[in-house]
Amino acid sequence: MGLESALGEGYFTSRVDTLVNWARSNAAWPMPMGLACCAIEMMAFAGPRYDVSRFGSEVFRFSPRQSDVMIVAGWCSYKMSHAIRRIWDQMPDPKWCIAMGACASTGGMHRCYGVVQGVDNFLPVDAYISGCPPRPDAVIHALMKIQEKIRTEHSVTLDT
Amino acid sequence: MDLTSTLKSSIDKLNEQFPGKIADIYQSSGDTFVRVDADTIVDISRYLKEELRFVYLSDVFGTDRYQSDDRFEVVYNLISLRDRDRLFVKVWLNEESPEVDSVTSVWKAANWFEREVYDMFGIRFRNHPDHRRIYMPEDYSYYPLRKEFPLLGIPGSIELPSTTPESE
Repeated sequence: MGLESALGEGYFTSRVDTLVNWARSNAAWPMPMGLACCAIEMMAFAGPRYDVSRFGSEVFRFSPRQSDVMIVAGWCSYKMSHAIRRIWDQMPDPKWCIAMGACASTGGMHRCYGVVQGVDNFLPVDAYISGCPPRPDAVIHALMKIQEKIRTEHSVTLDT
Repeated sequence: MDLTSTLKSSIDKLNEQFPGKIADIYQSSGDTFVRVDADTIVDISRYLKEELRFVYLSDVFGTDRYQSDDRFEVVYNLISLRDRDRLFVKVWLNEESPEVDSVTSVWKAANWFEREVYDMFGIRFRNHPDHRRIYMPEDYSYYPLRKEFPLLGIPGSIELPSTTPESE
């Protein structure tokens, strides 16, 4: 009835790494760090039109304990940076970070004393998205880049 | 531009009530501005609110008139809901010790507005019930909207979070 009947008797070889990475990359739950207008596009990215559930990332977790990818969407002030870093520290490893939009990546048009000129000043960012705000497709692109990164990582075996 | 009759009578009454305390009256961009003596701001405010019904303090903001004699300016944006009039009241303050009486005893809304002016310009408000910064960190030692303050701030003056978690 299932796949087994079509394949018949046999076996399949892989590595645990590959299997774990495959599972991880298709269940990268985002931590929505919506700080400004980019958050609206981030919602569209999760909504039915762009439908990020195709990539297994539809479950926006508002608890850092349950999330894997932090999407920093919007400009980040110095005061907010402490809260973001705290939430980032609460996320369990392995974790990834997307700096969404010009402001989160570089400070963008907020070239002033109160805004951190890029969240990479205090977070290890894996993917930067250009745009002001970026289209939801661009966020999906960043997510796919992160999936690619997850799939090529050493997750179980040591990288020696 | 013509003043509305209610605004005109308000300004006439103000002139009558506080002779010599009104330094300047002018119009600009369709708004009416009255510059008053800084020492009488509380009395004038109370008169404006209780007699002339400017009950709504919409905003208070500061201005840095850099290189002018009285460097700082505090502007009160008043609205009379009864007469549908808007009036801007201004005071000028010197550069060495910019200090003015708080109008929180007249309008409670002035509390946060004056904290913002203090935060951005370093203008002090006497008798303010909660004289703290409102936006910048409380230990911050600069006033960001002063003209001599650099656009990008003073590097390292605001702390970024530690990039190593406390447990490690």
